[in-house]
Amino acid sequence: MAVAVERPANDELRNLSLSGHVGFDSLPDQLVNKSTSQGFCFNILCVGETGIGKSTLMDTLFNTKFESDPATHNEPGVRLKARSYELQESNVRLKLTIVDTVGFGDQINKDDSYKPIVEYIDTQFEAYLQEELKIKRSLFNYHDTRIHACLYFIAPTGHSLKSLDLVTMKKLDSKVNIIPIIAKADTIAKNELHKFKSKIMSELVSNGVQIYQFPTDEETVAEINATMSVHLPFAVVGSTEEVKIGNKMSKARQYPWGVVQVENENHCDFVKLREMLIRVNMEDLREQTHTRHYELYRRCKLEEMGFKDTDPDSKPFSLQETYEAKRNEFLGELQKKEEEMRQMFVMRVKEKEAELKEAEKDLHEKFDHLKRTHQEEKKKVDDKKKELEEELSNFQKKKAAAQLLQSQAQQAGSQQTKKDKDKKNKEQATAGGELV
Amino acid sequence: MEGQPVQPAPEETPRNTNPANVGLELFGYVGIEAVLDQMRIKTMKTGFEFNLMVVGQSGLGKSTMVNTLFKSKVSRKPTGPGYEEHIPKTVQLQSVTHIIEEKGVKMKLTVTDTPGFGDQINNENCWDPIIKYINEQYEKYLREEILISRKRKIPDTRVHSCVYFVPPTGHWLRPLDLEFMRRLSKIVNVVPVIAKADTLTLEERAEFKQRIQKDLKAHGISVYPQEDFDDNPDDRILNDKIRDKIPFAVVGADKEHQVNGKRVLGRKTKWGIIEVENPAHCEFPLLRDLLIRSHLQDLKDITHNVHYESYRVQRLNESNRLALSPVNGLLGKDEVESDL
Repeated sequence: MAVAVERPANDELRNLSLSGHVGFDSLPDQLVNKSTSQGFCFNILCVGETGIGKSTLMDTLFNTKFESDPATHNEPGVRLKARSYELQESNVRLKLTIVDTVGFGDQINKDDSYKPIVEYIDTQFEAYLQEELKIKRSLFNYHDTRIHACLYFIAPTGHSLKSLDLVTMKKLDSKVNIIPIIAKADTIAKNELHKFKSKIMSELVSNGVQIYQFPTDEETVAEINATMSVHLPFAVVGSTEEVKIGNKMSKARQYPWGVVQVENENHCDFVKLREMLIRVNMEDLREQTHTRHYELYRRCKLEEMGFKDTDPDSKPFSLQETYEAKRNEFLGELQKKEEEMRQMFVMRVKEKEAELKEAEKDLHEKFDHLKRTHQEEKKKVDDKKKELEEELSNFQKKKAAAQLLQSQAQQAGSQQTKKDKDKKNKEQATAGGELV
Repeated sequence: MEGQPVQPAPEETPRNTNPANVGLELFGYVGIEAVLDQMRIKTMKTGFEFNLMVVGQSGLGKSTMVNTLFKSKVSRKPTGPGYEEHIPKTVQLQSVTHIIEEKGVKMKLTVTDTPGFGDQINNENCWDPIIKYINEQYEKYLREEILISRKRKIPDTRVHSCVYFVPPTGHWLRPLDLEFMRRLSKIVNVVPVIAKADTLTLEERAEFKQRIQKDLKAHGISVYPQEDFDDNPDDRILNDKIRDKIPFAVVGADKEHQVNGKRVLGRKTKWGIIEVENPAHCEFPLLRDLLIRSHLQDLKDITHNVHYESYRVQRLNESNRLALSPVNGLLGKDEVESDL
């Protein structure tokens, strides 16, 4: 059955004018409503030395108290601690994950400090990639753990970036959106701050570190993003304590020589950071993570695994095919291992069985032996009994015989006496008779 | 990575990783809700795409309906009298793409028409070209998605909604209707409508609808909005109301007439003017609201999350075993058994 599918060429995409209200202007609202019902994910990674103020800044940014204990300086290596929270503001539910680098900068040898961080970021990308490559997948309710923004806390030395900072940022810039901030900015004087900022920015540029660029392509946000970019890196002060200033309470740090107000733009850039991070560019940070950093990771990973986008008509499914082949290989290996384990198990069972059989045999033997011994003994005893009985019967016989003899003898004696008597009598009688 | 569960999360817990989230109270305004505006601005900049397919016998008013829906000459077919339409010998698919804009929202609308459907004497397998087309769009998207270097925004030509025109016989669904809807509701969102509903009185209309609903249920055909995909109780209530009224009885018109001093879209007959946008006359407003004003994003989401995913699962399962051949479009779920 011949089927012709006509499709107009691209230049025929003409704009059509509507003669009335159709109603699809509600589309952005429909989309937004869907997202609000599902909730948003946002994951922030805080990289900085112990005690530089990461947890306090998070508390200040999100206007809440995240439970955490301050870390010690004794960590043997850098490890990442992730905590998730659910925040709700009006009808927006935010699943916020804050990842902390515990022990960063504490070791004497900091060569490998950046490795756990890179590993963590890669692991999250990998998890997403695995989910995406699955056959039966559910991406629409996948809890996204990929890091959307990395706040890099620079120590307020007033001079320049530390080499640890440069190395770490260089390793992270292709994997995550880096926003450098100067922590504890209330230790730097105003004039020094300006020099410090320009020094940092020039060092970043000369070392080729790509930090996150606030987007300037949409008219609505271009202006504010452009003005804010000038102040990078933001010099922030964090505080959860409130001090009475004028007639209201505001977040501040109280010193003997004055009060540093967190939300005062003259004192620090906290407000700018909050604007940029949350109120203006949160969605863009998420989008960049997905379309740039994740795609780069995916491309590298798949190329590493040996896939290629060859000419489109030869093997378009080479990716999935080879992936499936690998998966089958892996499953085959698993099966083999399972077989091996099963065989080992069977063997063990056999051995044990054999052992037990041996033991049983032994027991039987022993039992037999015992039985035999018992029988022998019994026989012996029986024999003895018989002997005894024989003796007894012999004795009895003898006794009987003896008695008989005795009685016979007695009888014979008495008979003899009687005979004698008779004889005597007879003799007498005869003697007497003779007399006649 | 360690998580520290302190208390279980109040809302739905994410599927993987973190076992429990801590719900926290904000002491003051943070500005998180600004993300909604950010999202809105971004989507308005990138624009939307919507692909609609209309299926039905010729003469049921498909082109007119599309024009009425989008209040413009979307379909290039002349719809006036005196036009003799050439009915093709086989089912063909014709797509027309336009860009329309309303209040700053840009939409790339593609309407695919299916002349020749159900018009032959022997209509066996006339749905095959349609199924093939739909699967081809899924295939295109899939191929883009699995490239190593893929585009930032994959062009979406997948059919988001298929409007099926049922002729207003007033009796039952015909075997052709049932066959078509049964096969297609598995791969695309099917929205059945009763065409040219001005030939039915209100009672006939209600009875016809009842019978159609019973028929659909008896054959296990689930049309949009499908019951299985209701996310939450609110959605369910809303969709139940819509499901009660499916299929909508619609009348299409692209001419304006004077009624009570207002200009309205309608059909003028000797016995009166049928106002298309009057809910008492026909259910066109309900169809428009469903397709455009309230459920457009939902249609796209279900196409992406459900239909496309099932196609993908099927395709990836069989690419294991079979040598890859050019897509033969007959990959309707009925025909090919999954290798699982």
